[in-house]
Amino acid sequence: MNLLLLLDMAAAGRGDEVAVQSGDDRLTTGELLAAAWTGAEVAAGASALAYVGTNGLAFPIGLFAAAAAGIPFVPLNYRLSDDQLHDLLVPLGDTLVVTEGEEVATALAARGHRVLDAASFVATARAGASAGDVPADGEGPAVLLYTSGTTSAPKAAVLRHRHLTSYVIGTVEFAAADPDSAVLVSVPPYHVAGLANLLSNLYLGRRIVYLRQFDAPGWVGAVRQEGITNAMVVPTMLARICDVLDADGAGLPSLRALSYGGARTPATVLQRVMALLPDVDLTNAYGLTETSSTIAVLGPADHRAARDGDPVATARLSSAGQVLPTVEIEVRDPLGQPLPPGELGEIWVRGEQVSGEYAGREAPLDTDGWFPTRDRGSVDADGYLFIEGRADDTIIRGGENIAPAEIEEVLLQHPDIAQCAVVGVPDDEWGQRIAAVVVLRPGATLDAAEVQAFARRSLRGSKTPETVTFAEALPFTETGKLLRRVVQADLLAIG
Amino acid sequence: MKLRPGQKLHSAVSEAQLVVVKAPSDEVEIGCGGVPLLDDGQEADAGATLDESLGEGPLLGKRYADDEVGLEVLCTRPGAGGLTVDGRPLLVKGAKPLPSSD
Repeated sequence: MNLLLLLDMAAAGRGDEVAVQSGDDRLTTGELLAAAWTGAEVAAGASALAYVGTNGLAFPIGLFAAAAAGIPFVPLNYRLSDDQLHDLLVPLGDTLVVTEGEEVATALAARGHRVLDAASFVATARAGASAGDVPADGEGPAVLLYTSGTTSAPKAAVLRHRHLTSYVIGTVEFAAADPDSAVLVSVPPYHVAGLANLLSNLYLGRRIVYLRQFDAPGWVGAVRQEGITNAMVVPTMLARICDVLDADGAGLPSLRALSYGGARTPATVLQRVMALLPDVDLTNAYGLTETSSTIAVLGPADHRAARDGDPVATARLSSAGQVLPTVEIEVRDPLGQPLPPGELGEIWVRGEQVSGEYAGREAPLDTDGWFPTRDRGSVDADGYLFIEGRADDTIIRGGENIAPAEIEEVLLQHPDIAQCAVVGVPDDEWGQRIAAVVVLRPGATLDAAEVQAFARRSLRGSKTPETVTFAEALPFTETGKLLRRVVQADLLAIG
Repeated sequence: MKLRPGQKLHSAVSEAQLVVVKAPSDEVEIGCGGVPLLDDGQEADAGATLDESLGEGPLLGKRYADDEVGLEVLCTRPGAGGLTVDGRPLLVKGAKPLPSSD
């Protein structure tokens, strides 16, 4: 099934309703469909349609225009350097690159790329009234999405039309949203959550309101001004939103549901959210770029039970919840054998939304179609999935496997610690030793011995950081994922 | 007809259009209003008439399934004519109460 069919259905069912909005600029589903067909004419002859920009109408128009033209859509991180963008664009062939801002446009044009300004692209696409027959193809690549590359160089996940449409049809009911509902999208277009947000909400019939770039006061203001009922954020956004709500005390009366995911959420942040927004349905979503977004959810009922003090539910608050009915999961040992409930291993998944394919590389799927996520975790007897972290992040100290997340979670309980990163560094005696990099709250004073003593209260000696260094800030991706390889490289450079 | 996932079908007697979500492993006869559904691009025979007794036609965005043969279709254009597989009515699939993660 082709992505464009989702938009075609939405336009057939409710063509006059607003589909997407950016500032005061709105497109109905019918207008978006016409813009997609006209945009496809603009992209004629190109082998891919890339987008280098923030959230705005160019994103949905670009995505569906690429589908109408039968070419992949490639959203790229606008924070990348001109050379990095060039390197990612070269393998795509003769690509139409839609860009925001003159500088990047000039730089890419100088490197020989076919560049079109986002505002012109949107204006041209909106001016036309083209139409066409939805392609039957579900096999072609719909989107090439670069993974965040926290542990290795970024690679492009290939999401085919059938992966994305399976995800949407399998997880949301067509036109089921309340007519007055609206979702605020602040995750960037090059993140799989931005893509999933667009497709799911369009299919649900929920008005999508774009925030160009996230900042907490802007987000809170948009929720209040637009009567936002639903939103999805990453954990770093969540913490900053709490700061704003704490300061002004005005709450978010229109908000009914808030989902979070994309990285591990510290328990301290989650407790604040539950206290500040007691009437909001909270959902924790776990997924990967390679799985077309969400594959497991911890829903509002679990959050409420935890808030009411149920000890089992409280323990599950740190889980990713239960796997979608359309996805299968196995926790396997290093030899590939499935492990029983409660045991820790690598998480493998299978399902129609699971791609696991990378451009120009052999797919890592096994012969039965299972995808190794490279995430380590366990599943309890009731099917709740606990993610420990990336397999590549695991510290192996004296033969013992240690998850950085467990130590970070402990350190973050300290009132003076704002952020921290725990990584393994080479050690002659132990193979690896545990190093913590700590960012203190403004005005706080704390020395290495005090941090170690605090850790030692909750952790056994072999899990207590052997070195503690202090930093002004930590390197995060824009969607809140810690760049551990940068932290590690910095530590090694210091020696 | 041997069906495959993603295949587009249309009614011979109404505006109804469907996409196959899950295809049975064996050949089945899938009909709308008592007349076999047509493959993409296939034209209806003259004289095909809708059998009203087979009930309401498919609604936009609804999924229809038959567990016995393992068939599921999605309605992408509504139209008249009850859906059947091997003579049995297809049943509408209920909404899934999944919490929204998007």
